[in-house]
Amino acid sequence: MDITNYVVLAAVLFAIGATTVLLRRNAIVVFMGVELMLNATNLAFVTFARMHGDLTGQVLAFFVMVVAAAEVVVGLAIIVTIFRTRRSASVDDVNLLKG
Amino acid sequence: MNGNEFVAPEIDWLALAPLIVVLGAGVVGVLLEAFVPARARRVTQIVLTLAALAGGLAFVVYLWPQIVAQPVQVVGGSVTLTPFALGAQGIIALLAFLGVLVVADRTATGQDAFAPTASAVPGTSYEDLARKSGLEQTEIYPLLLFAAGGMMLFASTDDLIVMFIALEVLSLPLYVLCATARRRRLLSQEAAAKYFLLGAFASALFIFGVALIYGFAGTVRLLEIAQRVQQGALPLEGMSALLVAGVLLVTVGLLFKIGAVPFHAWTPDVYTGAPTPITGFMAACTKAAAVAALVEVLYRISIGVQAVDPEIMRQLQVVIVVVAVLTMAVGTVIGSVQTDVKRLLAYSSIAHAGFLLVGIAGFGPQVQSSTLFYLLAYGIATIGAFAVVTLVRERRVTPGAPEDNGPVADDGVVLGEATEIAQWAGLGRKAPWLTAAFALFLLSMAGIPLTAGFIAKFGAFAGATSGGLWWLAVLGVLASVVAVAFYLRLLVVMVFQPGTVEPASQVEPASRVEPVETGVSTSSTSEGATGEGAEGSTSEGSVATATKVQVTAAQRVVVTVVRSRGPAAVAIAVCAIATVILGVFPSLVLNLVAEASKFVP
Repeated sequence: MDITNYVVLAAVLFAIGATTVLLRRNAIVVFMGVELMLNATNLAFVTFARMHGDLTGQVLAFFVMVVAAAEVVVGLAIIVTIFRTRRSASVDDVNLLKG
Repeated sequence: MNGNEFVAPEIDWLALAPLIVVLGAGVVGVLLEAFVPARARRVTQIVLTLAALAGGLAFVVYLWPQIVAQPVQVVGGSVTLTPFALGAQGIIALLAFLGVLVVADRTATGQDAFAPTASAVPGTSYEDLARKSGLEQTEIYPLLLFAAGGMMLFASTDDLIVMFIALEVLSLPLYVLCATARRRRLLSQEAAAKYFLLGAFASALFIFGVALIYGFAGTVRLLEIAQRVQQGALPLEGMSALLVAGVLLVTVGLLFKIGAVPFHAWTPDVYTGAPTPITGFMAACTKAAAVAALVEVLYRISIGVQAVDPEIMRQLQVVIVVVAVLTMAVGTVIGSVQTDVKRLLAYSSIAHAGFLLVGIAGFGPQVQSSTLFYLLAYGIATIGAFAVVTLVRERRVTPGAPEDNGPVADDGVVLGEATEIAQWAGLGRKAPWLTAAFALFLLSMAGIPLTAGFIAKFGAFAGATSGGLWWLAVLGVLASVVAVAFYLRLLVVMVFQPGTVEPASQVEPASRVEPVETGVSTSSTSEGATGEGAEGSTSEGSVATATKVQVTAAQRVVVTVVRSRGPAAVAIAVCAIATVILGVFPSLVLNLVAEASKFVP
């Protein structure tokens, strides 16, 4: 199978993630969209590393994973705090700041 | 196995010293949380934070002559210290120092701007308990240090993956800090959520762009990319679409952090909801770091792009120009109809992003130095302005009640900041010095001659003209004129409108979910920042029934200026003096930043 298919798959996953972020209303689901984008990036890194025949891309994927984990910690903390305050994780309910 | 012996890398520790001092102090700050007794923790953290930032700045000053003579690459180019990068590090450390001074100020109310425990649900008994037992969230200081360290690294790296990590190191603490406001907790949490979701989205775009660039060039180092393109040593020949898409995504990620239109939607909300000292820190330092990173990326990547196809380079420039025009237009036009001071300053910050982009879009030879000067001038004015906002507060009084009836009653309790522009009417009489300083910051942002902002804008527009974009500079000047109008509107309200005829102040519902801060004696809060009494009631607003606080219709909210306990006053004074000095004797700093355009690849 042609290895460029993996790049296409990464782009498709990235687009699905981005669409999720822009269209879904639940903060947790939006956040899952972001995670999907980051993991699509990992797939792209690893595929390109295979194409180029060097390890840089694989190492970069690890960096992205660690950053994604750190992002989960902070993100879930914020979303949970809001949920405890408002009993809702919908991004539509979070609407006090306007104008 | 002799050939496989471990070879220690050679690392120029001295060149890394500014970063190590700031980030290392952040780590030490986390340990202090565990080992220092609660009573001494706050002072210890503040001293450590200020010392670390001053130390970072001192190392920058010490390194400056060396780096100006010869730029260095450290840790295989992960940190590339050019005069521009080092200058950006110095500016960020300086602005962060001033920002931390504002954060550290408890004002005469004895409370800082942060919740006793940010994790407590607003309006619960647990929150009451935390407040009464005097808990403090001293973790904000290590978080500030991590953010500042991340910003310094962000501005001084040549490696896109290090840039991505620095982006997260600076962003994650800021997301948390946004959620920690003592008052208007719901707004604060909402700001944090918006900032986080949009920020995470932007960094995902950024890293996918990096992946595409890596796919195109086989490396994530900007200078190597340029070299490989010029030598034609590309692993994927003829796939320049990858480079174009990658550069666009990386640029979008950076433009988001700068707050440029159309990626600005978070800016007004986050600036309004975050605790005001954090807003000042964020507005000044994040913008400095992100703009410095954008300049580095665009200038280095443009070499490669130019070599691949000059047409793509031209299109990239068009993108930057369009974003600059949109940013100036949205920042100034929407900014001129705002009724909230923090929101107005947020749109002003968007407009400034546009002016900075005007300078960058020319791709002229002097852009590095003019950008650094602009960031410094904008940063000190912004931190000063937000520091003033922290001192203008609402105070609740019941008509007829004695002014000094002790800490138990609700009367005279200082509430949150009075951020409605209408509430600022008559401030010029209550606190003339504070008003004068604020006016100076606004005039500097507007770019009036003899202030730092004028020289800064002149530099930015000169950058556009040197790149042949005359019409863009003219648009910039026009946008500045519109911006002057909205700064002057605020000034007129402060200085010329009498406070007594001011319309009823609107207290946002969320501000009342937070219980009343008791334990504040009236006598300590009723003095103006300049020492004169602020007893004269300025606003008469009937406050709707609150969800938590028992506010009756008979109570009024007046606007008062609380006295700073020192640090914020120092920050305001330093910012004001620096604004004037940079405006009157700009050559002192201009000569320094002129070195920043050296060694541009």
